Parts: sequence; structure tokens; C-alpha cells
Amino acid sequence: MDKNPEQLYREREKRVNDAIQLKIPDRVPFWFQDISFFPAKYVGTTPQALMCDDEVFVSAYKKTIMDFEPDMYFNPGHAIHTPGDALEIIDSKQVKIPGREISPYHTFQFIEDEYMKPEEYDDFLSDPTGYTICVYLPRVLGKMGPFSRIPPITGLLLGYFGLPLISAFTTPDITSAIESFYKAGKAIARHNSAVARLHKELKEAGFPLACGGITLTPFDVLSDTLRGMRGLMLDIYRQPDKVLSAIEKLLPMLIGLGKAGAKMSGVMRVFIPLHRGAHGFLSLKQFETFYWPGLKRMILALIEEGITPCPFFEGDYTSRLEYLAELPKGKILGLFDATDIFKAKEILKNTMCISGMMPLSLLQVGTPEEIKDYAKKLIDIVGKDGGFIMGPRSAMDECDPERVKIWAEFTKTYGIYQ
Amino acid sequence: MGDDLKTMLADLKEKEALEIVKNRLDQGEDPLNILEDARRGMEIVGERFARGEYFIPDLIFSGEILKQITDMVKPRISKSEKNKKIGKVVLGTVAGDIHDIGLNIVDFMLDVNGFEVFNLGVDVAPQRFVDKIKETDSGIVGLSGFLTLAFDSMKETVEAIKKAGLRNKVKIMIGGGQIDEKIREYTGADAYGKDAMAAVTLAKRWVGGM
Repeated sequence: MDKNPEQLYREREKRVNDAIQLKIPDRVPFWFQDISFFPAKYVGTTPQALMCDDEVFVSAYKKTIMDFEPDMYFNPGHAIHTPGDALEIIDSKQVKIPGREISPYHTFQFIEDEYMKPEEYDDFLSDPTGYTICVYLPRVLGKMGPFSRIPPITGLLLGYFGLPLISAFTTPDITSAIESFYKAGKAIARHNSAVARLHKELKEAGFPLACGGITLTPFDVLSDTLRGMRGLMLDIYRQPDKVLSAIEKLLPMLIGLGKAGAKMSGVMRVFIPLHRGAHGFLSLKQFETFYWPGLKRMILALIEEGITPCPFFEGDYTSRLEYLAELPKGKILGLFDATDIFKAKEILKNTMCISGMMPLSLLQVGTPEEIKDYAKKLIDIVGKDGGFIMGPRSAMDECDPERVKIWAEFTKTYGIYQ
Repeated sequence: MGDDLKTMLADLKEKEALEIVKNRLDQGEDPLNILEDARRGMEIVGERFARGEYFIPDLIFSGEILKQITDMVKPRISKSEKNKKIGKVVLGTVAGDIHDIGLNIVDFMLDVNGFEVFNLGVDVAPQRFVDKIKETDSGIVGLSGFLTLAFDSMKETVEAIKKAGLRNKVKIMIGGGQIDEKIREYTGADAYGKDAMAAVTLAKRWVGGM
């Protein structure tokens, strides 16, 4: 007898949770991890359409999930982040939108730059909100340029004495900036309601959402969107104390961001994509000083709230596995990319559930035999005694649907625990 | 004294290295000697990176110190510097991809290992690779890519090189992100390199250095 969606939902959620708790599920759970723009390829549309048309977005993701039937689905909101029209309205300097500066067939790309100058740490540390509004936004959002000219908002702390300050918001340039802010906000709200509709429909169809919230480590925020990697890595030498102070300042905000996402969505798993902590980016000593403490405290704080942190260990973490083994048992879903699979299982089998590691090269151009052989190896070795979820190494943008199908079907049949 | 600069640069002592350069310039030393010592310091940085003692922050910082040294020394150089290079490499991140971290590390490592590197930057169309190979008469091409869209861009670049009749004149290596041996086969490149050290080993082998 066919199971109804509600039964399937519970069954899938249990399968995933068993794996996360390091128990042996009925079979190896399967998911797309970072599904990214794969649905565009699958349904025969473009990343541009996916990013700029809510209807295309909802139907493409829904069809992909319904057809491949993963045990949970990666939050499409975390693949798209911000709809194309909102980025355009506000003139984001940080994103290349498909169909505009880049090909409509390619995914958006992020432009890293030195958006915060090396001498601005103290400004940021003493007043992060003021810095964000009056310095950062004007740099990253073209339309918010006029905000660099508003007087310090803290003047309003003088109460009725300070109130005359708000007349600054009436000049034509500031008014127009606020209008753009509002319009972009409306576009995002519209997109969010499309995402919410997608979640509702997929839940009703029996598919659990993988992650309700998303956050980043303090080091990655500094590197990605504030100082840029190059700038931050010079700071490590020239002003390490400022870097550490900024990490301290950012950490509680970023933990709060993860918690808020989980609470708002009711899905108590939080995605933490990691960028600059991998092997190659930092020496072990630098990792220990600047990266690991922030990441570890973030993970522990989320666990304390009953949240399952889902860090994506992008790149190679083989040299960092011993650190990861310090984390609490059965409370974390670790998404892995280029880390040595054998070592990861050996060192982490009593710590965290391992997901990922399926090479995108095979899912794009591999033969059916190569795909099955590799999946078999993952299931046999990493899937041994549970604690493993099958997923791709990284963003699935260009994967070939036929090959993905072979991989999914093989996992669901061969992955059954006897 | 030459060793001091070499060591200070290799140990990433910014203030000390710059101080030495300033003193030597003040004493009227030949700027080319200073640059040669700096080059030897950078060679050590490269060696330490290859041994896993240095990482990206160290490469970036050493490059930053070197840039300051070059800026101080350059105005005093009258004749152009001629360093013996062991081979020419055209390098770039393929069309559609704007990632450059791996690209620049490979550039750095090839440079400190004696190659003349023509770095075309990111999102490089196949024809630009072809043009640069012709213009520089380079025997080695390095294609970088982080996103999976790079698989096809690399394949197209290799095909463009072939169409231009240059395939037998160049060796092509690829690397970055999700690239592996399977993708080498797919693109028709000559070799896949896991990291910047592999790029150096391949390039040296191809110019007959080892």
C-alpha cells in the first residue's frame, strides 16, 4: 500500500534524524545538499529565470524535489538568497546577476572586495549599526549612496532634543534612497512569500526542509563581505588584535541570526557554509587563533538552543578533523567537499553525521558505472554503521539530470541497511 | 647584507625588510642587487608554501612586502631588469567564472619558480587564450576554474586552441574547485593539477627541467 505524504514526511525526517544522531537508519538518506541552480537545468530553464521569476522558481524547485524524492531538501532560499529584481532596484555592487553582466545560463556570482577599509575597524567596533547604515550600505548598494551623508543616528538618543535630526531624511537624495530601499524590500518580501509557498507545498507533499536558518562564521563575514580575503589576511599580520575584536563583536550577532532563522521557520537545523577555514587558506596556528574558536562557539551555542548546526566544510578539512572531533556527539550534520573520506569517517564516526562527498565531475560527465562505483564506495565506507547522508560535494549547478537519477536510484536501493 | 633582506622577506618581517631596503638605497647600492635579494627571499616563501609551512595569508603578505620593495627600488632603476626565465605560461580563469584565488596562487608559485607568467585574469574567453599564446609564443597554458560551469568552458578553450592549430605547440593543465582527472579527460587537457605545487611540477616537467 502506498504511504501518504504525512507518513512519508515522518519516515524521511526519522531517517535523516537517525543518521544525524549516529544511529543506523533504514537506509542511507539521500539529498541534494547544495542543490543550487540545478532545477534550472533539470526543467530546461535558465538560472536567470530562476532568479528573476518567482513562478519559474517555485515550479522548477518543486518539480525537481517531487521527481527525485530526496529525504530532505536544501532551502532554495539559500541558493538564490536575493531575487534579481531586488538586486537591480537597489543596485547591488556585490552580485553579478545572470542575464545582465553575465550569461543567463550561468549562476549569479559574488564580487568580493575591500568594502571595509583597513583603518575602519574602530569605527565598526564602536558602532556596528551606524557603520552598517552610513558607511557599508552606501558602498555595497549603489542606491544607498546618499546615506553616507546622514548625521549620526545616535543623535536621536537625546530624545526630543535630538529629534530635529530626522529632517535630514527629507532631502531629495535621501528620500530617493529610502524609496529604493522600500522597493527592493517589497521585491524581497514578494520572493519570500513564493519561498514560503514552496515550503508549504513541499511539506504537504511529504518532504522535510533541511535547514530553516543560515549564518556564517565571524571570520568568513570579515573575509567575504567586509575586508575581502586579501585585506583580512594582511590584517592577520598587521592588526591581529583588531581582527580578534571584530570576531568577538560579530559572533553573538551571527549566532542570533542562526537562531532567529530556525525559530522563524520552525526547522531546527541551521546551515553554516564555511569559506576560509579550509586547508590552504590558513595554517593550523592561524586556524586555531582566528577561525576555530568562532566556529566552535557558534556550533556549541546553536546546539544549546536545540538546533542542529549543519556546517558545510567547503574545500579540504582533512588537516582539521581532530578539531572537529572535539564537538558534541550526534548533534551535528557535517557537509563535506574535498576532505579525505576514509579519514573523515575514521576520525568523526563518533562525533558527527557526514554528508556529501559525491564528486560533481561524475555527476556531470561520469559513466553510469563510475557513478555507481563511487556511490557504492561512499555507502560501504562512510555509510558503515550509519551516520552518513548521501549528497554531492558542492553546488549542483551543472549536474546532468540523467546521471543524478542514476545516482539517486542506486543510493536508494543499494543504501538499504540489512 | 643580501642575506638579511632575503631572510627578513622570507620570514615576513615587513618593517625590518623595508628598513634594510631603505638603508641600502640610501647607501647608493645598485637597485638590481636589492631586487635580486628580494627575489631570493620570495623563492624561499615559495618553498615554504610548497612544504606546507606557509599558507595563503603568508603568500599574500609576502607579495605585499615585495610590492613595497619594488615601489621603493623602481624609480632608481635605469636599465631594464632581465631575469632568465625557464619557460612561458599563459594563465587564466576560464569564461564565465570570476574566481581568482587559486589562479593567483598558481601565478605566484610559477613566478617564484622562474617562469614568465602571462596572467589573463578571470572570465577569459577561449579566443583570448589563443591570442595570448600566439603573441607570447608560450608553450604552457594553465586553465583555472572554481565553478562547475568551468568544465565546459575548459573544454571549449582546449578546442579553440586546437582549432587555431596550436594544440601540438602547447601543453595544457587544468585545476581548481571540483576539477579532477575525470574532467581532464573530458576537456582534453594534458594534465590536471591538484594544487599550485602540482602546477609547478608539471610546468617544470614540460620545459624539461625535471
